[in-house]
Amino acid sequence: MVLIQIFLVFTIIAALIAVEAPSALSSIISLGAVGFGLSIAFLWLGAPDIAITQVVVEILTLVILIRATIGKGVTEIRGNESKTLLIGSLILFGLGSAFFANYLSAFPEFGKSAIDVFSETPSQFYLKFGLEKAGGANVVNDILLDFRAYDTLGEATVLFTAILGAITLLNKDVFFGEGGEK
Amino acid sequence: MSGMSPIVKTVTRWVSPFILAFGIYIALTGHLTPGGGFPGGVIIAGCFVLLTLAYGKEKVDGVFSLKSASVTDSLASLSFLCMGLLGYVFGRGFLNNFIQSGFPGKAFELLSGGNMPIINVAIGFKVGGSLFVVFAYLALFRAIEEE
Amino acid sequence: MLTYLLAFILFAVGLYSVINKRNLIKIIMGIIIMEHAVNAFLILIGYRISGKAPILEKGTSVTEFVNSAMDPLPQALVITSIVISLGVVALMVALAVRLYQHYGTFDITEIRKLRG
Repeated sequence: MVLIQIFLVFTIIAALIAVEAPSALSSIISLGAVGFGLSIAFLWLGAPDIAITQVVVEILTLVILIRATIGKGVTEIRGNESKTLLIGSLILFGLGSAFFANYLSAFPEFGKSAIDVFSETPSQFYLKFGLEKAGGANVVNDILLDFRAYDTLGEATVLFTAILGAITLLNKDVFFGEGGEK
Repeated sequence: MSGMSPIVKTVTRWVSPFILAFGIYIALTGHLTPGGGFPGGVIIAGCFVLLTLAYGKEKVDGVFSLKSASVTDSLASLSFLCMGLLGYVFGRGFLNNFIQSGFPGKAFELLSGGNMPIINVAIGFKVGGSLFVVFAYLALFRAIEEE
Repeated sequence: MLTYLLAFILFAVGLYSVINKRNLIKIIMGIIIMEHAVNAFLILIGYRISGKAPILEKGTSVTEFVNSAMDPLPQALVITSIVISLGVVALMVALAVRLYQHYGTFDITEIRKLRG
C-alpha cells in the first residue's frame, strides 16, 4: 500500500513538471512519466490488462503529440497569466475538495471494494459465473465481450466517431490541395 | 521526409514482424491471459506507426495505403456487428455468445470462450486500423505543411 | 483515504493546467492528466488488500477465486476509457494543428484577439 502511494506521489511530481516545464519536448516527456508511473501502479493494484493498455496507449499518445507540436516554435508561451483566473481556480479547487471530502466518507475505506461490503453485487456474479457462462479465464474480458458487449460496441462507435472527426478536420488540405478551404 | 538513418531502417525491418505477431497474439489470447482486443489493436497500430516513422510516408504508401487501413477498419467493425447479428439466428439475441452455449470448449484452452476470440481479433484490427489512419493523416498534414 | 486524496491531487494538477495555461498544448496535456487521475481513482476503488488479478488459474476453486480476486467491473470500464481517451487526444491534436495553421500561434489569448 505504501508502494502504491509512492508511485502516485511520483506521478503527481511528474505532472507538475509536465505542466510547468518551459520547453515543449521536456513537458511531453514528463507527461509520459505520468502514464508509465501509473501503469506500474496499476500492476501493483492487480490490473495487468490495464497496465498493458496504459503503456501502449501512452507511447502512441507521446508519438502523436510530438509529431504534431515539435518544431512549431511553441516552446515558450509564458508569463502574465491573469490573477482572476488564478483566484477562480483556487476557489474551484476549494469547492472540489469540499465535495470530495463529503463524498469520501460514503466510500468504503481503502483496501475494501464493494464486494466486501455488500452481499450481492454485479462483480460477484461476474466472478462466480464468468468461466461457466462466458468460457474465458480472464474475467475482465468476459465482462467486456460477453456480459457487457453492448458497451464494447458503443465504445467502438465512439472511437470511430472521434477518428472521423479528426480526419475531417485534417482532410481538406490533404486531398483538395491549394483549392481547399483556408 | 525520406525516413531515418540506415541503422534505424534495418532494425525496424527486423523487429516489426515480431511486433505485429505480438499484437495479434495479445488480441487472440485475450480471454486466457492479460490483454485483449484493445491493447492488441494499439500494438498493431504501433507497428505500422514505427514503419511510417522509420521509412517515411512516401515509401510506405505502396505497401499499406490509407485506403487499405480504412478498409481493414470497416471490415473489422462489420465482422463485429455480424457476430452480434448471428446471435439472433443461432442464439437468444443480439451479441449472444451462441458458440459457447452451443458447443462449449474446454476451459483454459484457445478454443474456449465461444465467439470471444473472434470478436477480440475483430476489435484489434478495428482499433489498429483507425489509430493508424489518424496518425497517417497527421503525418501527411505535416508533410504538406513543410513543403 | 490518503490514497484517494493523492488521485484527487493529480486531478487538481490537471485542472490547474486547463484553467491557468495559455498554451493549447498545455491545455491538452491537462486534460490527459485529468483522464489519468480518473482512471487511477476507479481502479483504486476496486482494490482489495492481498487480492489477486481477476484471471482464473487452473486448479483454483471458484469460491476461493471470488474471495481473493480484485473487482473486475471498474477494470473493464477503465480499459475502454483509456482507448477512447487516445481517440479524443487525436481529435484535440487535430483541432490544435488546424488552429495553428490558421492563426500561426498556439496562444489562446492571441487567437481570441485575432478572431475570424
